[in-house]
Amino acid sequence: MADLDVPQSKSRDLDKLLLRPGNLVGPDFDPGTELRDDMREYVRILVVGAGGLGCELLKDLALSGFSNLDVIDMDRIEVTNLNRQFLFRLEDVGKPKAEVAAKRVMERVSGVKIVPHFSRIEDKEIEFYNDFSIIALGLDSIEARRYINGVACGFLEYDEDDTPRRETMKPMVDGGTEGFKGHARVIVPGVTPCFECTIWLFPPQVKFPLCTLAETPRNAAHCIEYAHLIKWPEVHGGKSFDPDEPEHMKWVYDEAIKRAELFGIPGVTYSLTQGVVKNIIPAIASTNAIISAACTLETLKIVSGCSKTLANYLTYNGGEGLHTKVTEFVRDKECLVCGPGILIELDTSITLQKFIEMLEEHPKLLLSKASVKHGKNSLYMQAPPVLEEMHRPNLSKPLYDLMGRVQKDTIHVFGTALKNEEKQSSLTKLRVVFKGADGVADMDTAIGA
Amino acid sequence: MIGLFKVKEKQKEEAKNTNTRGGGGALVKKQSAGELRLHKDITELNLPKSCKISFPNGKNDLMNFEVTIKPDEGYYKSGKFVFTFQVSAVYPHEAPKVKCKTKVYHPNIDLEGNVCLNILREDWKPVLNINTVIYGLFHLFTEPNHEDPLNHDAAAVLRDNPKLFETNVKRAMGGGYVGEIAFPRCM
Ligand SMILES: [Zn+2]
Repeated sequence: MADLDVPQSKSRDLDKLLLRPGNLVGPDFDPGTELRDDMREYVRILVVGAGGLGCELLKDLALSGFSNLDVIDMDRIEVTNLNRQFLFRLEDVGKPKAEVAAKRVMERVSGVKIVPHFSRIEDKEIEFYNDFSIIALGLDSIEARRYINGVACGFLEYDEDDTPRRETMKPMVDGGTEGFKGHARVIVPGVTPCFECTIWLFPPQVKFPLCTLAETPRNAAHCIEYAHLIKWPEVHGGKSFDPDEPEHMKWVYDEAIKRAELFGIPGVTYSLTQGVVKNIIPAIASTNAIISAACTLETLKIVSGCSKTLANYLTYNGGEGLHTKVTEFVRDKECLVCGPGILIELDTSITLQKFIEMLEEHPKLLLSKASVKHGKNSLYMQAPPVLEEMHRPNLSKPLYDLMGRVQKDTIHVFGTALKNEEKQSSLTKLRVVFKGADGVADMDTAIGA
Repeated sequence: MIGLFKVKEKQKEEAKNTNTRGGGGALVKKQSAGELRLHKDITELNLPKSCKISFPNGKNDLMNFEVTIKPDEGYYKSGKFVFTFQVSAVYPHEAPKVKCKTKVYHPNIDLEGNVCLNILREDWKPVLNINTVIYGLFHLFTEPNHEDPLNHDAAAVLRDNPKLFETNVKRAMGGGYVGEIAFPRCM
């Protein structure tokens, strides 16, 4: 580094990436100390999850030149986490993961500020997520990924000509591991496929037929699922099973043991019980470390442009030998979550009824018998009759009012569309813009909606 | 994207100082993509007359609903059976959770209401929908089978002595005992 006439930072290797020009860099790369300092000052990253991957991500990001981090996780530390969630100690058991993880990294990496959020991701306001430059995901559930993806893509806006607006893109870097396998991917809404575009990448989990569990168990997992799904409700009636309640888990384990003895099946252990019931594949510390490193590097690349970002999905398999592969998946242009949808300009006076009639004539839609949904609110449903009746009063109301008097927003319409002369079931996203409404004045009404 | 992030952070700072609120975007609660698909499924239901759907929690909770089946043929003719459906945000990635609320003497439904139907467990695929599930349940009543037993005794009787099975079903639906087990009337 002697050839560089700049004060050396404590992260020498980072300087090599950020201070020197290169050939394989991204289009907006502008090397220099300003870049390094700006990264510290202006980039805010949210790490979602403070488990095996989350711990790694926090540490890696903190050591890669990012100083403003937040971490969100709703879990508390368990003894079984300690082997791989290396930021936690025995005396931390029972404490919120996010808080301990933040504290430990701040103790070890000077100048880094980490704000912990001991909270469910769904309990945060949507705007909370808009505060971050990038969201890094260290999650183990499809449900949580789907949620964050929906939120991040929700910030994306499109121009009149369906070009995504760069300033509204909320990039995500998603990591995931299962045993010796893992993936890292970059999601830039509007540019690369979002989680929903490629939902099929995640196969539905294997579920054993209940009758097999009840009649012909063949392995330890069958015995555990028998205790969990059949024996528990039989004995406990209405009391639902809570996988995070150790007493419940112990009960299922004991019953599974009895079952296994009855059928002469070996292999039921407490940790297998937890694994089967919670659908967990044992986590491997090294896989987490590798995937986290890949995610952190991508984060660094998105921010600085010091190299071209991953396009766009990396799989890693360290089970037998080592195999990695990068696949460039393509966006689903009609994705209901990240796609532009169809732009429709409306008068604030149009009623829901008139709007639904209009959809039938609209050349891009030709949608008859449309039902309409705005966020969580169902505005109209054509069927079944019991629901149609409940929504009918909305028909005579202005759509503008029903949507909370905002100037523009996304809605979804579904019904029967005429495509290539054929009637098809269709579900479409619409970008509704109201002419003559300025939106801002009515913020308070919108909040109440 | 550092340039963009920098501009945004500076704008945020300014907005904080002048205490104004930016943007006019809607603050409507997020729906899940699963919910959207479910709503579509529900409007497209095409059920036989013997199946009815109802929403005990009203129009704001369609993720939990009930389906009532009144078989018009077979052993269970003129009975009335209520199923509860619980649909998660991950739908259709995961099958809905279905339970039979009515205590029934049936080889494929146990006394706790667990249902053995392949498309609810091992054969579920995201292309399936609520309609397929309801048809599957309906068929359990027209064609109960002893090969996938959840109620072991009922399955054995159906296999070995269909006449007795028929009598037992009638008795159970009428609110009587089969062996030591009492059934509520559901006709
Ligand atoms: Zn998408």
